[in-house]
Amino acid sequence: MTDFAEHSKSRRAGKRRRVVLLLALCAAASGAGAEPRAAASSQDGKYFDAEGEPTYKVDASGKVDWYTYSGFLRYSAECLRCHGPDGLGSSYAPALADSLKKLSYADFLSTVANGRKNLEGGQEKVMPTLGLDKNVMCFIDDIYVYLKARSDEAVGRNRPPAHDPKPKAWEDAENACMGAPS
Amino acid sequence: MKRLVTSLISVSALALNATAFANESVMKGSQDPKQWVIQAGTYDNQRYSKLDQINETNVGKMAPAWSFSTGVLRGHEGSPLVVGDIMYVHTPFPNIVYALDLNDEGKIIWKYEPKQDANVVPVMCCDTVNRGLAYANGKIFLHQADTTVVALDAKTGKVTWSVVNGDPKKGETNTATVLPVKDKLLVGISGGEFGVQCHITAYDIESGKKVWRAYSTGPDDQILFDPEKTTSLGKPVGKDSSLKTWQGDQWKTGGGCTWGWYSYDPNLNLVYYGSGNPSTWNPKQRPGDNKWSMTLFARDPDTGVAKWVYQMTPHDEWDYDGVNEVPLVDQKIDGKDRKLLVHFDRNGFGYTLDRTNGELLVAEKYDPAVNWASKVDMDRSSPTYGRPLVVAKYSTEHNGEDENSQGICPAALGSKDEQPAAFSPKTGLFYVPTNHVCMDYEPFRVSYTPGQPYVGATLAMYPAPGGANMGNFIAWDATKGKIVWSDPEQFSVWSGALATAGDIVFYGTLEGYLKAVDAKTGKLLYKYKTPSGIIGNVMTYQHKGKQYVAVLSGVGGWAGIGLAAGLADPHAGLGAVGGYAALSNYTALGGTLTVFALPD
Ligand code: HEC
Repeated sequence: MTDFAEHSKSRRAGKRRRVVLLLALCAAASGAGAEPRAAASSQDGKYFDAEGEPTYKVDASGKVDWYTYSGFLRYSAECLRCHGPDGLGSSYAPALADSLKKLSYADFLSTVANGRKNLEGGQEKVMPTLGLDKNVMCFIDDIYVYLKARSDEAVGRNRPPAHDPKPKAWEDAENACMGAPS
Repeated sequence: MKRLVTSLISVSALALNATAFANESVMKGSQDPKQWVIQAGTYDNQRYSKLDQINETNVGKMAPAWSFSTGVLRGHEGSPLVVGDIMYVHTPFPNIVYALDLNDEGKIIWKYEPKQDANVVPVMCCDTVNRGLAYANGKIFLHQADTTVVALDAKTGKVTWSVVNGDPKKGETNTATVLPVKDKLLVGISGGEFGVQCHITAYDIESGKKVWRAYSTGPDDQILFDPEKTTSLGKPVGKDSSLKTWQGDQWKTGGGCTWGWYSYDPNLNLVYYGSGNPSTWNPKQRPGDNKWSMTLFARDPDTGVAKWVYQMTPHDEWDYDGVNEVPLVDQKIDGKDRKLLVHFDRNGFGYTLDRTNGELLVAEKYDPAVNWASKVDMDRSSPTYGRPLVVAKYSTEHNGEDENSQGICPAALGSKDEQPAAFSPKTGLFYVPTNHVCMDYEPFRVSYTPGQPYVGATLAMYPAPGGANMGNFIAWDATKGKIVWSDPEQFSVWSGALATAGDIVFYGTLEGYLKAVDAKTGKLLYKYKTPSGIIGNVMTYQHKGKQYVAVLSGVGGWAGIGLAAGLADPHAGLGAVGGYAALSNYTALGGTLTVFALPD
């Protein structure tokens, strides 16, 4: 557990540094960070954009990569009860499909891992600290790419109609992170 | 077990001598229709008032008399109390209590605001609702989100005692009201989505000292069962009735939470309530019947020992918590007077049982959409007597992990959730707020970490096939198990009903309407749009000779999650998105009490 937290913390710190740098470089060129994240490369069924951050892949029929699909499942199990179906928000937590138009990958990771409190104005809004929750953190890239796809309007509401098969690498990573099935 | 029971009895015997019975004050208060001293109005949870100034002929002229903002934005469940000339209003987290002077235009006499760690907020499933206060023996009882139970002096708001019932760091929280019974205060707990081993606890009403605690799952001395005397469907449950139905020590994270309503029969001296879902939502990970989750309990309030139990949904595969209210009525079945209890379960069946012994008399679907089970087996000689006959196609256990079971009705929020039904002894009918929503359910593997959610399934919810209405307000004959009339509602009805001797029934809607309908026909007689969606319960009282009807509005709760964004039908094909109007097009957040009366 501790190892796991440490690992995600150091990974986060590294990411943040790189993202800040990239933002500085890109700022002049693009102006905004809300560009659709086209997949530039892939490894074992996981897709990455030009900056090397995880992203989704959707084909013309609406079929998605496994990570995006898994992200839909985990989002719906772990985040929906506050953030609403399909990343659309609820009466007390923001629509993450909108949030990810601005929020960077690094800020996404740190918000989920560390949580956030907003106790002003008669509304106690608290984003829980999920850094130690394996059911979230073992699938955080999956959730990220799913929400990214939602915010880019690359996938619609509800379960994606079709998806790639579960890659072996994903299954190995799940077992390593969650502990082997009993 | 015997020894435990005897020692418990002697403990309570001591207490008996020392204290005035709370039930005297509650009994007196609830027999006086001018007051509303516990959330359900009366111990039998009928939510019926003898007041009849406002009735089916004049309710059309009813109008708001005064209103009060609670200053809190999140979902407002439960209702205010009226004790003498004071009204007590509660709020969701941070659980403020206001005492309002009815003799002085609702002026605030005192306000109590507990200091609670905001970290409890995200541990609460589905918004930070609280289902209200209870009054007994000069005290107002509040069970806070962080599980602190406080007794406030009803006149001054000063804390007379307080006790901590659970630990939010382990996922233990509270949304429920409490029930004062005799010299005890009965208190439940939430945390089914966090793998809590849930329980009901009795505290001494004068001191807050713990008297007994009965878990829903575990060994006999923890669930307070007497293997020879506690019965289920007429037979003794036997030794280790819960342990035998779990793999290993999974009962320790078994759920079976107790966040619903409690009723009490003073003549039988039995308390009734239901327990919630077993943890996790992935049924494959917890083989067995998972007793006594999803169960109706009848317990002796003095000792906590269970007289009888009935498990409605063995081995839950759909999150059909069994916590809904258990109103007690005396009606004729097949010409014979029976002491009954009635229960509209999340699983879509309306149950009628003999409350003296737990005999199952009626179990019928109260929403025709219900499809996960064909029926409840009523054949006494059958090995599956009393069990629902599950349809394989809708069994998430049968279809397995990582398989999406589609078109299951009702959805996890049930054909009805916590919002309580009302009963009118004049018509002999129940008035039931219902959900008409179905779901897809895909279970998958999860790992348990104390204090972290332990869910294990992905759900999609959408209106039941064949219409766009997501709710109905129905009248139900519990002696026959038949719907008498049904009023469709655009959204799920998430407000507790009130029936009165004026032959009218009140309820609220998610758009924010307070409605009054004819108790015999369901015909709409009055509606008024309050400032926000209603998930609170309607109550009534009389002050200075005049009848008032009051309700809290303030949308939120489970309903605020799915309905804020609108429910989309995943089977309608691509492009059909947004076919069902979002609740956010009708109402916005805000806690307000609205009080109605006839014009002078
Ligand atoms: C118990 C409710 C709850 C749960 C569960 C929850 N969140 Fe949150 N989350 C919130 C609230 C409330 C906020 C807004 C906090 C604020 O206003 O500062 C928030 C904010 C966020 C933000 C920042 C959004 C922005 O616009 O800056 C992200 C990202 C986020 N959550 C991701 C997630 C993910 C991913 C999950 C599931 C793994 C999740 N949350 C589960 C309540 C929750």
